[in-house]
Amino acid sequence: MTEVAISTREITYREAVREGLAEAMRADPDVFIMGEDIAEMGGSMGVTQGLLAEFGSERVRNTPISEMAIVGTGVGAAMQGMRPVVEIMYQDFMTLAMEQIVLQAAKHRYMSGGQHSVPLTLRTQGGAGWSPGAQHAEQLEAWVCHVPGLKVVYPATPEDARGLLWSSIYDNNCVIFFEHRNLYPIKAPVAEQLMPIELGRARVHRVGADVTVVATGRLVHAALTVAEQAAGEGVSVEVVDPRTLLPLDEGTILASVMKTNRCVVAHEAVVQMGFGAELAALIQEKAFDYLDAPIERVGSKFAPVPFAPVMEEYVIPHEADVMAAVKRTLARS
Amino acid sequence: MLLIRRFEEKVEERFRAGDLAGFLHVAIGQEAVAVGVCQALEPDDVIASTHRAHGHALAKGTTPNALMAELYGKVEGCSGGYGGSMHLYDVEKGNLGANAVVGGGLPSVVGSALAFQLRRQPRVAAAFFGDGATNIGTFHESLNLAQLWRVPAVFVCENNGYAESTPSHQQLPIKDLAKRAVAYGMRSIVVDGQDVEATHRAALEAVRHAREGQGPVFLLANTYRLTGHYVGDPQVYRPKDELPQLRVTEDPIEKLKVSLGLANSEWQALEAKVVQAVDASVEFAEAGTDPRPEDALKHVYAD
Repeated sequence: MTEVAISTREITYREAVREGLAEAMRADPDVFIMGEDIAEMGGSMGVTQGLLAEFGSERVRNTPISEMAIVGTGVGAAMQGMRPVVEIMYQDFMTLAMEQIVLQAAKHRYMSGGQHSVPLTLRTQGGAGWSPGAQHAEQLEAWVCHVPGLKVVYPATPEDARGLLWSSIYDNNCVIFFEHRNLYPIKAPVAEQLMPIELGRARVHRVGADVTVVATGRLVHAALTVAEQAAGEGVSVEVVDPRTLLPLDEGTILASVMKTNRCVVAHEAVVQMGFGAELAALIQEKAFDYLDAPIERVGSKFAPVPFAPVMEEYVIPHEADVMAAVKRTLARS
Repeated sequence: MLLIRRFEEKVEERFRAGDLAGFLHVAIGQEAVAVGVCQALEPDDVIASTHRAHGHALAKGTTPNALMAELYGKVEGCSGGYGGSMHLYDVEKGNLGANAVVGGGLPSVVGSALAFQLRRQPRVAAAFFGDGATNIGTFHESLNLAQLWRVPAVFVCENNGYAESTPSHQQLPIKDLAKRAVAYGMRSIVVDGQDVEATHRAALEAVRHAREGQGPVFLLANTYRLTGHYVGDPQVYRPKDELPQLRVTEDPIEKLKVSLGLANSEWQALEAKVVQAVDASVEFAEAGTDPRPEDALKHVYAD
């Protein structure tokens, strides 16, 4: 077997999302984007900078501050076979459009007995750690993971963001695509050319033997740091990122836990009723006999995200919380 | 119109007899709006409908058989048994779907119209909704965006004076609903929705305006729901003499009968034909195929 060297370059997570959008728009005139401040301003996070110049104002559309109409217009265009990508500036504001997401986008295919497809991608971002207060910092992925008919993607690296965004846009279902605000500046190598990443495939970021950390978003990076630290203490941590939360790659997660026999689930969203609860339920249901310790959960404490930095830091999870959870699970015999 | 009327009367009858599941909203009295508008549309124009959807579906070309089979929850139904009365779809015929969420279908009409605009297709998307929907956010966001982008959409407000049970004066701060469109700089046309010919003319003008790229139109059709909000509604909210009186003065079918000037024999021949089609649809539906329970897990996702 010969290995083919893939030439790589380093780009930020922000640039990766932008490249995913641009490549998809170059490939198909039916792909267009709309959202608040995305044209001249390039989006509140600068993700769509430069796209107006390349694709023009028909395909890079500023919208009024109208989340219901942004999502619902995307639904309608998708029902006509286009592949719109709508941006909801902060995932907190997704709540304004929940009816169009949950009752329309997710259900038209089903209620029509398979007549409709809704190939809509909804990009949104959020996350705490910069003191925006309680209405700009939530992690609401569990809300949409509970809805049959939606797909949910949450990349943690530039490569995953670019490849998964492409696949989300070309998926024939409504995909909610979460980006984390604090990941936009991180840099990592990506393949020179965009490589689509299939939805529903987890990524094993680091192979380990003693404990599995299943993490999403910012917590993937926390888990990788913890794994490095733990290695220095003789503990081998495996880090798995589902990347697609719905549909979930159960096989990769279960195989990892069956190997390590211990598991920590970690995300920034509040622990209670979070995505990690579903992971824990899945693992106990399908890998109970392999577990040597209760599954540990890491996430935010059960409060809105507070403003004052000291309180915010207290509420949201950090590397130390992941490390503590790893140690708790290892302490069980 | 007569087909819609007789179809809905039959549906009421079968529902009361316990043949149909769920719950039903009939549009008896509002037939002229559905027919007047849908007859003004081309086959590849699209509509989005409401919870009071049977008339819209029939007027846009769904067959009585497919519609009745849907109400019976059969595989042969226009939504394959997945939808029911409030979720009637017929994508091939241009029915994007009936929506059980008041105002829920308006944004997707804007989106469909945007797709037509972007693809340079001379097609129009029309949304049906009631006066009650003009109070919900999707209505305002949709009209605003549609006018801003001048998409080829027609917003058909079936103003029947009641939001479910609540009369206009309890739910609308203005009497003239056409003012809603003024707020968005949108052209509005007001028409007597009990007069099918007038409604048709108004709809033709609205559709022409939209199709020619002059922007969306708010078509306000003043109409009467000559029945309750749902089948079995005791209508305690209506003055007792209101309905019997309206049934005499505001029945769009009686009005059409007069304006057509048909001889009794001609009318009876029409009646016979319609009744036969409706009866046949019941037979078709009763003989239809029940979905397998496990089919409930199909169509959650597209491939």
